[in-house]
Amino acid sequence: MAKSPEEEHPQKVFGWAARDSSGVLSPFHFSRRQVLFLPSELYHDRENGDDDVTVKVQYCGVCHSDLHTVKNDWGFTRYPVVPGHEIVGVVTKTGKNVNKFKVGDRVGIGVLVGSCKTCESCQQDLENYCPRMIFTYNARYHDGTRTYGGYSDMMIVEERYVLRFPDKLPSDAGAPLLCAGITIYSPMKYYGMTEPGKHLGVSGLGGLGHVAVKFGKAFGLKVTVISTSPRKEEEAIDKLGADSFLVSSDPAKMKAAMGTMDYIIDTVSAVHPLAPLLGLLKLNGKLIMLGLPEKPLELPIFPLVFGRKLVGGSDVGGMKETQEMLDFCAEHGITADIELIRMEEINTAMERLAKSDVRYRFVIDMANSVSQ
Amino acid sequence: MAKSPEQEHTVKTFGWAARDSSGVLSPFKFSRRATGDKDVTFRVLYCGICHSDLHMIKNEWGSSTYPVVPGHEIVGVVTEVGSKVQNFKVGDKVGVGCMVGSCNSCDSCANDLENYCPKMVLTYGAKYYDGTTTYGGYSDLMVADEHFVVRIPENLPLDAGAPLLCAGITVYSPLRYYGLDKPGMQVGVVGLGGLGHVAVKFAKAMGVKVTVISTSSNKKEEALKHLGADSFLVSKDQDQMQAAQGTLDGIIDTVSAKHPLLPLIGLLKTHGKLVMVGAPEKPLELPVFPLLMGRKIVGGSTIGGMKETQEMIDFAAKHNITADIEVISMDYVNTAMERLVKADVRYRFVIDIGNTLNSSN
Repeated sequence: MAKSPEEEHPQKVFGWAARDSSGVLSPFHFSRRQVLFLPSELYHDRENGDDDVTVKVQYCGVCHSDLHTVKNDWGFTRYPVVPGHEIVGVVTKTGKNVNKFKVGDRVGIGVLVGSCKTCESCQQDLENYCPRMIFTYNARYHDGTRTYGGYSDMMIVEERYVLRFPDKLPSDAGAPLLCAGITIYSPMKYYGMTEPGKHLGVSGLGGLGHVAVKFGKAFGLKVTVISTSPRKEEEAIDKLGADSFLVSSDPAKMKAAMGTMDYIIDTVSAVHPLAPLLGLLKLNGKLIMLGLPEKPLELPIFPLVFGRKLVGGSDVGGMKETQEMLDFCAEHGITADIELIRMEEINTAMERLAKSDVRYRFVIDMANSVSQ
Repeated sequence: MAKSPEQEHTVKTFGWAARDSSGVLSPFKFSRRATGDKDVTFRVLYCGICHSDLHMIKNEWGSSTYPVVPGHEIVGVVTEVGSKVQNFKVGDKVGVGCMVGSCNSCDSCANDLENYCPKMVLTYGAKYYDGTTTYGGYSDLMVADEHFVVRIPENLPLDAGAPLLCAGITVYSPLRYYGLDKPGMQVGVVGLGGLGHVAVKFAKAMGVKVTVISTSSNKKEEALKHLGADSFLVSKDQDQMQAAQGTLDGIIDTVSAKHPLLPLIGLLKTHGKLVMVGAPEKPLELPVFPLLMGRKIVGGSTIGGMKETQEMIDFAAKHNITADIEVISMDYVNTAMERLVKADVRYRFVIDIGNTLNSSN
């Protein structure tokens, strides 16, 4: 008979999980693995595999994907699920093969904790596109057990999937970079959205969007925020540094802006029309989709054909690029704008997140949360 | 009162036009301008029938004004050049494709991308600078600004070369722009018609492995034996499609009817590109998950600029690439259109204008 989450591994862990698609989270006792790939009797250290790093979690960002997952919006959630993939903490133990980290180091864990390491994608430092890539939560690990994420007091992750947190990057405001940051940085590099002077549109001003504005400015781009909420304008310009703000529900303003943007990053995960966004692009313009709507979107083909435009996607980034992104942020002073919460406040935070009522990421302060 | 088509210019011209959205073509007398300083005038010998001609004569895009003389795959022999013409002389073999004008001052024009100029003038059914309507190649004579005329190399047959002026450039340009032209790559071609068959030939000449994707298996033997495709996928066969998942670097999709994108996106490798060159009028469903999870793109392309069109013609001449055609007489054109509706042609009709367009018809 399958073991319970508390019994399947030797290391006791405390976290919060959602038990069903109401998405309500509550305290959850579970366990984390001991070793990888070899019979347990060959290991003296039963808490940590040779290639693993044990991390005491200090902060964990609340990503909108966490909300989608606890509510099973995408249809592949298995309960109980412990979300959280923007994790920052301190190393407490390292396996004997680990040489990049030592006890006391500040580290980050993002969206993936495993991959096959042998395919073309893995060999090109694109573990995020490996067909056997393993998500930090709600996935099946190499040993057949479920992965549980950072809404918990500790993590054990293979060294390759752990990131060094630069000194200049604060743990709390830096945590969201581990998903939101790399989700924006990777496509900006891949699709060539880094030429100074070019015009970037950012659709949606939430966790991803506000980071996109900051990266855009750091790359020397002109940035226009495209949003349905006029109330976000002042902050977008005064606080985030956007150059202009376009209310997408204003037909006259949208018309005036047609054919003015080199690229658009679309962070919106609700179903929404693409035609207006395609119209904002110049010739050869690129619309990059990062949000994951539940249903397919309508794609008009004429603008693609007659304007040689493209719609592309991107999904986080590989480990090497994620490290590069963190270092870039440390150098340019880029962090997320956050609201710290305690673990016990997570359900209220999720309700507010559903209404976009946060500027712009909640981050769980694990140290100040009740531990049992 | 506006002048009649016969009177608006000085040179009498004869062709065939559609008068209404039935799309039926019939003899039509009109006129063209005298050769201007920068113009090249040529006697039309052949004109390809593009599927766009069919869309336009039936007003399927809602933009047609009648009478319309279609034809934008036009080849012939120069009879007169204007005083400022540098690159052509009488007797040269030349062609004109989909455009006869552009603004010459925008970014697109400056970058040899006249096809994307907002003021680009189409070869037929559009308004020229002098306010008159442009008439296409189903006619005995063409006059065009030198900039929009291409030279046809000696070794390229005129009849089988004509369709390259639209079909050829329409697939050549995106193969280059989207980088689907590297030897060893695997590229799919959806739809085996005028565009599709030429795409197979260009891709093979670029050293690319080609998979033809079609709704039925009856084109399989031809695709493999005659056109040189490396493999053939029947899109309605679930097993075949499943086995081919994640195998293609890119796909050139020539189909303009509504069709699902999800299976095509699934055929792409990670970082793969689906390029639309057929233009369905209504939006298609875009599944976003596969785009993100595989960092894939869906892009589009339309014809190409003049510089690239000349490059494409020269490439075709070098690699002996021509269209597979069925030469017809002018008075067969209405039957040809009916057959084209049913895709009953391997793979382009070309009208033998030189020998069969008679003003006495």
